[in-house]
Formats: sequence, C-alpha cells, structure tokens
Amino acid sequence: MHIVVCVKQVPDTKIIKINPKTNTLDRRSAPAILNPYDAHAVQAAVKIREETGGMISVLSMGPPQAVAIIKKSIEIGADRGYLISDRAFAGADTLATSYALSKALQKIANEEPIDLVICGKHAIDGDTGQVGPGIARRLDIPPITNVIEVSEVNKAEKTVLIKRKQISGYELIQTQLPCLLTVEKEINSILYSPLPNMLRAARYEPVIWAVSDLGEVDKTQLGLKGSPTIVGKMFTPPKLEGGKKLEGSSDEQVSQLMDILMERKDLLKLKETSTAN
Amino acid sequence: MMEEYRGVWVFIEENDGAIEGVSLELLGAGRKLAEKLEVPLSGILLGHEVTKLAKEVISYGADKVYVIDNPVLKDYRTESYMKGVIKLAETYKPEIFLYGATPNGKDLASAVATDLSTGLTADTTMLDVDIDKRLLEASRPAFGGNIMATILCKKHRPQMATVRPKVMKALEPDSNRQGSIIEETLNLKEEDMRTKVLKIVKELTKKTNLAEAHVIVCGGKGLGDIHGFQLIHEFADTIGASVGGTRDVVEAGWLPHEFQVGQTGETVTPKIYFAIGISGAIQHVVGMKNSELIIAINKDPGAPIFEVATYGIVGDALEILPKLIQQFKEMKTEKGGEISYA
Repeated sequence: MHIVVCVKQVPDTKIIKINPKTNTLDRRSAPAILNPYDAHAVQAAVKIREETGGMISVLSMGPPQAVAIIKKSIEIGADRGYLISDRAFAGADTLATSYALSKALQKIANEEPIDLVICGKHAIDGDTGQVGPGIARRLDIPPITNVIEVSEVNKAEKTVLIKRKQISGYELIQTQLPCLLTVEKEINSILYSPLPNMLRAARYEPVIWAVSDLGEVDKTQLGLKGSPTIVGKMFTPPKLEGGKKLEGSSDEQVSQLMDILMERKDLLKLKETSTAN
Repeated sequence: MMEEYRGVWVFIEENDGAIEGVSLELLGAGRKLAEKLEVPLSGILLGHEVTKLAKEVISYGADKVYVIDNPVLKDYRTESYMKGVIKLAETYKPEIFLYGATPNGKDLASAVATDLSTGLTADTTMLDVDIDKRLLEASRPAFGGNIMATILCKKHRPQMATVRPKVMKALEPDSNRQGSIIEETLNLKEEDMRTKVLKIVKELTKKTNLAEAHVIVCGGKGLGDIHGFQLIHEFADTIGASVGGTRDVVEAGWLPHEFQVGQTGETVTPKIYFAIGISGAIQHVVGMKNSELIIAINKDPGAPIFEVATYGIVGDALEILPKLIQQFKEMKTEKGGEISYA
C-alpha cells in the first residue's frame, strides 16, 4: 500500500496581521506551519498503514523553506517526502497547482505505484478545497471530499469504505483504489509524535524537484501563466452605518439592553405562567 | 471564441426530492447578472425523477432548465454528475456558471473546472458583472482577515464560482413565470461507476441546530480564556439560545468545530444574534450579518463588529455578561415565566 499525502505550508492565519494602511498581509507577522487539515491527512495515512502496511510519501509544492512541513509530516509518521520547488510554479491558482502536483504524483507513481492520495479538506490560507478534486481529475481517479472516516481498506479487492460528511449527517461510500480523499478535522486527533519519528525528522532531507525534473510538463499550464483566475482587486467592504451604541455605566447599558429586548415582542416573548406562587 | 459563450447558469442541487435553499438563492443572484448581461438564466438539474422540479426552478427565476434524469444520477457522485454537467456546458456554452458552496457543489465545481480548464472562485459572498467586458466579479473574504478579494477569470469560459449559502436572496416564487425545459440524456451505466453510495444517514446534529437557531450567543477571544467562555454557555442556557464561537475560539479548543460561525464554519441567520467579545473580522461577519437583530459587546469601540451590530455595548464582556444573566434570571423568577421566541 503506497499512500501519498499532499501537504501545504501556510501562514498561521490565527496570528497573521493585516497592515491597516495597505490592506495587505503582513506575512512576516505569522509563522509558517503545516496546514492543520494536512496534519490530519498525514495522521489518517498513518492509521491506514498500521492496518495495511506499506509506505507513506508526502508531497508539497512551495519555496525551499517548505522543507519544514515535510519534516513535520515525517514527525507525524510519513516515510518519505518530496518537495517541488521552482520559480515557474509561483503565482499558481488552484488549476495550475493541481496540474503541477499531478505531474509530481505521476513521477512518484513511476517509482512506486500509488494506491491512495490523501489531502486536507482545504488550506487555511486559501480556503478553497479545489486542489484535491483537481488532482483526482488529472490522475483520473475518483475524488471523495469531506471524509470523516476511512474503514475497510481492502487491498485484495482494491476497495475502501468511507464516511463522507454531508450538509446534515453523512453518507457511506464504497470506492475503488486508487482514489483521492480530502479529510475533515473530525477524522482523527493529532497524537504526540513518537521520539524516534522526531529524531528521524530532524535529520531527514526530502527529495527536491524542479520543473526540469518532472519529465514532460506543459509549462504554459504552470504558475501565474497557467492560472485562469487572477485577483482583480482587494478592498475593505463598504462600512456599514452600524447601529446604536448604548452608553453609560455597565448597569445602565444592561438595563437599556433589557428594555430593547423586552420591547421586541416580535422576536422574544416572556410567557407569563400563573403567578399564584 | 469566448463570444460563443453566452448565458448564466446555476447548478440546481437536489436532495431527497427537494431543491437546496442555496440553489434558489443563486437563481435570485443569477437573475440579476443575466439581466445586466441581457442573456437568459438557466438552471442545471441532474438526478433521478427530478424533471418534476423544473417548474419550481422556473418559478424562482430561470428562463430555461436543462434536465438530465437518469437512475445512475440518483445519488450525487462526482464522476456521474461531472459527466452530465460537462456534456451540457460543452454543448450550450454558458459564460457564467454558479454552484452552491455545499459539499457536493464544491466537489462538482472543482472537478468540472479542471476538465474544462477554466477558473473557479471558491466560497464567494458578493457577485457582480463588468457589463462591457462581460466579466464576472466574484468577491470573497481573503485570508480570514478584514479584506475582500475580487477574483476575475478573463480568458477562460465559463467563469465559475461557488457561492456561500444564505448570503444571496432568493426571489419570491412566481408560478406564472414561463420558461422552457430542455431534456438531455447521458449514456451512463451503473457497472461503469467506480464509486457506490451505500447508505445516506441524516443526522440532526447540534450543527444543524445552529443553522436553524432563533437565538445565538456567539463568543470570541474577548472572553479571555475557556473559563471566561463559560459565561457564554451560562447566558445561552439562561435565555434558551444556541452557542456559537469564532474561528479563534474553535482553534483554541474552547468549542468543537461544528459550533464555528463564519466563512469556514456555519452561516447563520437567527432572529437575535449576540456577538460577545468578537472583533468582527470579515471571516466571521459573512457568517452572521444577515441575522435580524445583532447585539455586540466588545471592549474596543473601533471593533468592526459595531458596524454590523443593531445595538452595541462598548464594555468588558466579563463584567456585562454576569449582569445580563442576572437580569434574565430575576425576570424569570419574578414573573415566573419562560422566555419564548416568535
């Protein structure tokens, strides 16, 4: 069983700050981390490997610093890591990203056929969730998005049983291997990395490929050139008027609020039950 | 070549014989775009025994409905739905194609965009068109921050976007509206399908309660820590409201993910929304701004949440909430009543 997990280095959006003057992101304000959903994807792969045996590779596209998140994936339990890094990839939207990653996946598959690709549901910097299904289409394998449980990976029959989250509830899906899954956070919880993994990760050096290493690549489909979408403009939405501010001490503010709420009988009613006692 | 592409399309998502709300909302939004561009609005309806829904699609604003009715399309699967949608798009060439940002809508749009080699904007919250250039302007909150990005797709057609549920407004249905229904076929065999849906389990989880809730008490990082956040639970219990949290709160582990309100969580439209200790990043505001009455409590008078709030209290939530809880408790004991919501 060869599982490849696609991972992305993202700025920690919990911490990132916006420059209020320029409305641009102050990237230096945020540390770069392994996209949290991708950490769950690696963990899901580790669990499958416990049952089926085999190997986990991780693949990322990004600048040379993205080696850090491959090391992080090794800590969680991946066996091998690949980084594709080249200026030609810069500025890629989801279509160009899925193209580049699919080319790398094909190269990895030539070395060792791939049975399963796992991605996080989305990356927290772009929040699109479009790259996973895009990769699946390019490799012509079924994509299953919003996965909350993987069970019964049947190597002999080449099938897998999956719970996919829906608007309300979930659906139970059986699909053929190879396939591509994108996982929700609910799928597992991230465990503390075992010490041997951490030691291994510290000295691990991933394979790094440039575009020229990927074999036959249509360069017009890479990076900014290969991206049909562009950011037209960034703006802060028109400020709304806002409502009424309740002034005074906190007691006065609370009592004004109570009056307002009690007057809105269209929204809220005090059901007066018997006042006998 | 791009001139061949005309018309605005909306993917109609069907579940259990009913049309998803977001699809009706998109017909309302798509109607405006189609009128600006002076082209027809079409609904794209796939499924099994769904032709009967076509009239409803027209009543909500469509001029045409393209239908593929096939037993293999009974349950949503990427591969079967994608084949149908791509066949229609390649035959009839729309310039704009909108999908609800639901699990299925996002999954389908991502696959279709890849095969059509076109641009797709995710989780849009504002839609407009540049009439001269016939360009879709799809805007979405960027980076979870206080900024919107307008995404354009200049050289590829169709221009596609997924749109957040509950952001656009559906039209009042008009059963007298006239439109045409175009039925197409698709050569699909069940035995060729690589994926099978074995079972669909509907769960009325707390998540859905949040989406349906009449009153929501939502807390942010301003509560300080998980202990401060207990006040949110206590206040919600007192007034019979549902609890929500911001992304920060969920990331900090104060609340499970299904309680998150905002761009990457739930979009909610309650009657009363309490935003407590929430600064009001766009990421959050897009998920709650259509609430009927919004009450914000925050220490910072410049917090953007006050721009969307109907009433604002500048003050420390940790001081104000206990007083508010006290008031409601007294009111209940004095009058011996229960609070109910219309």
